[in-house]
Amino acid sequence: MDNEMVIRFKSVSQNEGFARVVVGAFAAQINPTLEELSDIKMAVSEAVTNSIIHGYGNAPGGVVEIRARLSGKDLYLEISDEGKGIADIAKAREPFYTSCPEMDRSGMGFTVMETFMDTMEVQSGLGQGTTVRMTKRVAAEQSLDAQC
Amino acid sequence: MQLLGTRQGGAMLVRLIGELDHHSAVKTREELDAYLRDESVKNLTLDLSSLTFMDSSGIGVIIGRYKLINGRGGTLTIQKPAPNVDKLLRMSGVYGIVRKVGS
Repeated sequence: MDNEMVIRFKSVSQNEGFARVVVGAFAAQINPTLEELSDIKMAVSEAVTNSIIHGYGNAPGGVVEIRARLSGKDLYLEISDEGKGIADIAKAREPFYTSCPEMDRSGMGFTVMETFMDTMEVQSGLGQGTTVRMTKRVAAEQSLDAQC
Repeated sequence: MQLLGTRQGGAMLVRLIGELDHHSAVKTREELDAYLRDESVKNLTLDLSSLTFMDSSGIGVIIGRYKLINGRGGTLTIQKPAPNVDKLLRMSGVYGIVRKVGS
């Protein structure tokens, strides 16, 4: 399976669920297990939430873009915003670190993405927006396509 | 997200129905705190059997309620999380402070 898609949407929290569903439906083309599919949805939710809360400070005027590509058993995801960016990426990636402790934020977003996907890298800088790239290989490519 | 609370003496059982993410976290937190406003409620059980999705925003909500309940000398229990929710709770260390019943 080789396929690509791009979606762009406003930085409003309603789109967190929308993004999960869209990427989940797209990734379903490489026949992930239920667990792999929920791992992917989890990672998408974390990255989009980070863009909305931290990138755009919960302001609705921003745009979040998701690029997804399927190749064989692999899913490649790129989730980017043009928000304020991250000054210290290493600090942001530490488990339980949050810049918003008063909001009941767990600080687990990047840790979840790292744990639930195979690879995760963050590209960011103050004033430069943030791009998160993640990959996941599903266990088996069982073709459900009719052979006619 | 829909919450259904049942009071049993000094304990509150709250069933969470739907998806718990950043979008639904504020409403979930406010409704849980409304159930806990009466300080004679010592123990809280969250029934997660009807929670179809949760991300780290949910971890924040749970840890926040744990602090509140623990401050009253009560216990927080999580009941019947689905496999995807259970996996997140396990990897984030929530079960180190919160008891789980049912699988």
